[in-house]
Amino acid sequence: MSETQKKVALIASRGTLDWAYPPFILGSAAAAMDMEVMIFFTFYGLPLLNKKIDAKVSPHSNPAMPMRMPFGSKDFQQIDWNIPNFISGNMPGFDTMATSLMKETFKNKGVATIEELRELCVDCGVKFVACQMTMDVFGFTKDQFIDGIEVGGAAMFLEFAADADIQLFL
Amino acid sequence: MSTLPVEQTLDCRGLSCPLPILKTKKTVNSMADGEVLMLLTTDPGSPGDVAAWAKKTGNKVLTSQAEAGVYTFYIKKTLLRGMV
Repeated sequence: MSETQKKVALIASRGTLDWAYPPFILGSAAAAMDMEVMIFFTFYGLPLLNKKIDAKVSPHSNPAMPMRMPFGSKDFQQIDWNIPNFISGNMPGFDTMATSLMKETFKNKGVATIEELRELCVDCGVKFVACQMTMDVFGFTKDQFIDGIEVGGAAMFLEFAADADIQLFL
Repeated sequence: MSTLPVEQTLDCRGLSCPLPILKTKKTVNSMADGEVLMLLTTDPGSPGDVAAWAKKTGNKVLTSQAEAGVYTFYIKKTLLRGMV
């Protein structure tokens, strides 16, 4: 190779549907660009390693999130439904509704699902590491995760990140 | 529209980032050195992404064009010198 292989170290710390995307998008794209990638899953990022991902989005905790409908005419889809926080935060099922709307929008726009992107990461050799400490704290076990996960601590991530070209906390 | 002899075509119309790059990589992996891939996309980010991907992986974008919202790329698989 004319230049040494680039290394990318990512930390996935959030497990909502919106924040599940960046580590898997960047990880798979970096691998497709011949880079060596490690994603370290910690705290609320851990559930992204579950065999079945059940990520939701919460408009209540993302006040700048545009609320748009994935159906109807083009003009209708451009309407930003400004729903007050006291409604989005208190109405039962609001997050579930927002989650299904976001999934539908992503599908309409040709965006891959989280599961697809995760599988593509695995196919291109992206290394997934689960944080041992947060697994213990939240009661996760390795057998509930997809196959091929390594378990490690801060030092394991830092050793890889120390000579990585790109390090991102997501 | 110029036509080049192509060994493979890949239709990524309707797909968003990063799928066109991931599928291109997978297809190029299955091709022999020097073969040409014709890639079709509609993602407005793809001209920049395809160029960046090619630069990093050493593959060559021979020509690219945009017509009616569809981008067409001719990519020549190029193994980096010294790489097995």
